[in-house]
Amino acid sequence: MDVLLFASYADAAAASSVRVSVAEGARVADVVAAVRAAAPAIPLPARPVVAVNHRYASPDVVVAATDEVAFIPPVAGG
Amino acid sequence: MRTALVGRRLDVGAIASEVWAPANGALSLFVGTVRNVNDGRAVAGIEYNAYAPMAERELGAIAREAAVRFGTEHIVIEHRTGFLPLGEASVAIAVAHPHRAPALDGARWIIEELKARVPIWKREHYTDGTREWVAQGAVAQAAPAEGAPAAATRGVSDA
Repeated sequence: MDVLLFASYADAAAASSVRVSVAEGARVADVVAAVRAAAPAIPLPARPVVAVNHRYASPDVVVAATDEVAFIPPVAGG
Repeated sequence: MRTALVGRRLDVGAIASEVWAPANGALSLFVGTVRNVNDGRAVAGIEYNAYAPMAERELGAIAREAAVRFGTEHIVIEHRTGFLPLGEASVAIAVAHPHRAPALDGARWIIEELKARVPIWKREHYTDGTREWVAQGAVAQAAPAEGAPAAATRGVSDA
């Protein structure tokens, strides 16, 4: 799957997404591990904030290959 | 109730008018603007980026939660994206209610929720030509507990 990146994460990866392969039944935590391995330049905190299909998702949420997964750097709206 | 992520200038007068109704004796309007200095550095402007579909979803969720919490449907939130020069409005929040306390408290609650939850990022452009993504707080975000990320330390930047 292509994991979406934004702001500082996208700059660090020099890309707006990173492609990782996830096994059937993989959880958000597995995607985080895969992204860390695929794009070590991204300055991910110990527990990155992840969204699945536009909703914040905890590390134990199961993701399907068709889900839209995004890594959310610290937000700064307003 | 209406929320929007927009790529044009915010018309704050129109946003305020939109929430007014004859029964509303109070209307509070919060406007966040681009200021000239942050952390001692001279700012020329701010570029706002959003994860648009999720930002729109979160803005809508915040407005619905505020409607229940403060007892009014008369809520409008608009957040602008793109490059904003000094003085331009980045966010406008209007809340109207028959009485002042819910109108004032509602606007305050909405901006704090927005800053903690809505996936929008800003990159400050400084007058010396450099630019940097702004982290709302120095601490890393904690993992989300109940669907939203724990609020990062607040209070450094504009709004």
